[in-house]
Amino acid sequence: MRAVNAITIEEIAKGFKHKKVIQPLNLNIAERKIFGLLGPSGCGKTTLIKMIVGMMKPDTGKITVLDCEVPNEALLSEIGYMAQSDALYTELTGAENLEFFAKLYRLSKKEQRERIQYAAEIVQLTNDLSIRVAYYSGGMKRRLSLAIALVQNPKILILDEPTVGMDPVLKQSIWKELERLKNDEHKTILITTHVMDEAERCDNLAMLREGKIIASGTPAALKTQYGVQTFDEVFLKIVGEL
Amino acid sequence: MRITSLVTRITRQMLRDRRTLALLFFAPLLILTLMYFIFHSEASDLKIVVTGSDENIAEALKQADFQVTVAKHFSKESMAKNNIDGWLQFENGSMKLTLLNDEPSRAKAVQMQLAQGLQGDANNPSIDAHYVYGDADTKIFDIFSPMLVGFFVFFFVFLIAGIALLKERTSGTLERLLVTPIKRYEIVAGYVIGYGLFALIQTIIVVLYAVNVLDIVLVGSIWLVLLTNILVALVALSLGTLLSSFATSEFQMVQFIPLVIVPQIFFTGIFPLDGMADWLQQIGKIMPLYYASDALNGIMYKGLTFAEVVMDLLILLAFAVVFITFNILSLKKYRAL
Ligand SMILES: Nc1ncnc2c1ncn2[C@@H]1O[C@H](COP(=O)(O)OP(=O)(O)O)[C@@H](O)[C@H]1O
Ligand SMILES: [Mg+2]
Repeated sequence: MRAVNAITIEEIAKGFKHKKVIQPLNLNIAERKIFGLLGPSGCGKTTLIKMIVGMMKPDTGKITVLDCEVPNEALLSEIGYMAQSDALYTELTGAENLEFFAKLYRLSKKEQRERIQYAAEIVQLTNDLSIRVAYYSGGMKRRLSLAIALVQNPKILILDEPTVGMDPVLKQSIWKELERLKNDEHKTILITTHVMDEAERCDNLAMLREGKIIASGTPAALKTQYGVQTFDEVFLKIVGEL
Repeated sequence: MRITSLVTRITRQMLRDRRTLALLFFAPLLILTLMYFIFHSEASDLKIVVTGSDENIAEALKQADFQVTVAKHFSKESMAKNNIDGWLQFENGSMKLTLLNDEPSRAKAVQMQLAQGLQGDANNPSIDAHYVYGDADTKIFDIFSPMLVGFFVFFFVFLIAGIALLKERTSGTLERLLVTPIKRYEIVAGYVIGYGLFALIQTIIVVLYAVNVLDIVLVGSIWLVLLTNILVALVALSLGTLLSSFATSEFQMVQFIPLVIVPQIFFTGIFPLDGMADWLQQIGKIMPLYYASDALNGIMYKGLTFAEVVMDLLILLAFAVVFITFNILSLKKYRAL
């Protein structure tokens, strides 16, 4: 089976005012893999992701997702997006938030119930669904955002720093679930992070710095390339070198 | 169905925000009641002296709520001394009014009440003075309360809907919403229907309270009043949400009040429009509340029918359509589709 790209990025560039945030860059993200976008805060990860999702227009270049050029209406149902900052309705309960988004994807009543239950279970929020989001902790809000990204059963998951504020046990179980989604349900997952132990668990990585990809490959290849044992060292080496 | 889910969501959010609900439903009643009492007290005990006339006119003036004294001789000096608000002289069939004018509002009230009390044939005023609009009990409040009703609907809907969309913008939920397959027009429609429902309830409460509790005149059809106010709400809602895209915080939204709301008050007819310079009157014609007031005043006070106010209603509708279109276009900023 040939490796198919779920996401293809060609010569994408983006600037705000006079500041170049994304230098022209190319990136291929393979189907049915977990792809990690790595880099220090402010390097342009969120900007790049927003362009892939179609929320932001690139200045130049072309993005193709599942053989459709972004922006494309049909794609919106195929991408489950979790923003870096939780976009939730705090006056509503967790269940009502999930239900609202589920309805926007036009799921049937039965599907809605099943998907909401499933998504809540994965992020371990089942018992807190009837509480208003205003009373949620930071970690609970992250989990609800993740559940919303999963609710319509999309082919591609794009998660912007999904595990921030979660405890190690929960983080572990979420990573297990992401791997299960990849293996059993053939999902493609694009994840941004600046936590190095998460980078280890990705199939492929790209390291972003000041809007440029400075290194890419599998975690093992990157470690060999830089002759180090851990990702913290890869990172420090790259940053130190430049 | 996507619109329904948006409407459900907005309704839930509103129902859980008790303060905003109270503001929407009860603040207008409070202010309306307050103004009712303020303007009622002002119009009472106006003292007037009549010279050179018969009992008939004095009687007519008493009917118009004046404290009337009929005198043979009177002077400006005694007016000031006795604090008489007005002196009405009849000489050779002509009428001369002298006003004390220690407080302009009292002087205005004398003129207004006098005009109403003596309407009919000015040369031969009789007790059976008949009125074109209103009656001997008409208060200033009756004349501008219809505008107040429209104004409250406009003010609160503008603010609440504007801040709601602003919150959706700043909290990121709008962006989040736009990566779902919802269409831009569906978002705007959801907002219009969701907040329109609350505006409708507000209108019903305000109108019923004004008519039944405060006894404001309602000559025309209450349905027509409701229809007009729904259009007002639609304009306010679409303008509020549109302007919210130029604000980055709730406080900046509040800053639109002196810019957008206050100038419109001047053109609602609370201040006489006829006396204004021509160019000023033209400015009034770009303001939605000008048409709203015209229609509401026509329906509630003059008893105009649908056909007679349809022009105002169509213009309000046009405002709403234009603003709603701009709303849909402005969402393009977040998503090209
Ligand atoms: N809307 C915007 N306007 C101006 N500058 C922005 C905007 N969004 C992001 N930036 C800038 O772009 C850079 C990259 O931001 P971001 O993509 O959020 O970084 P990351 O997600 O990697 O932390 C930052 O310097 C940020 O200040
Ligand atoms: Mg970011």
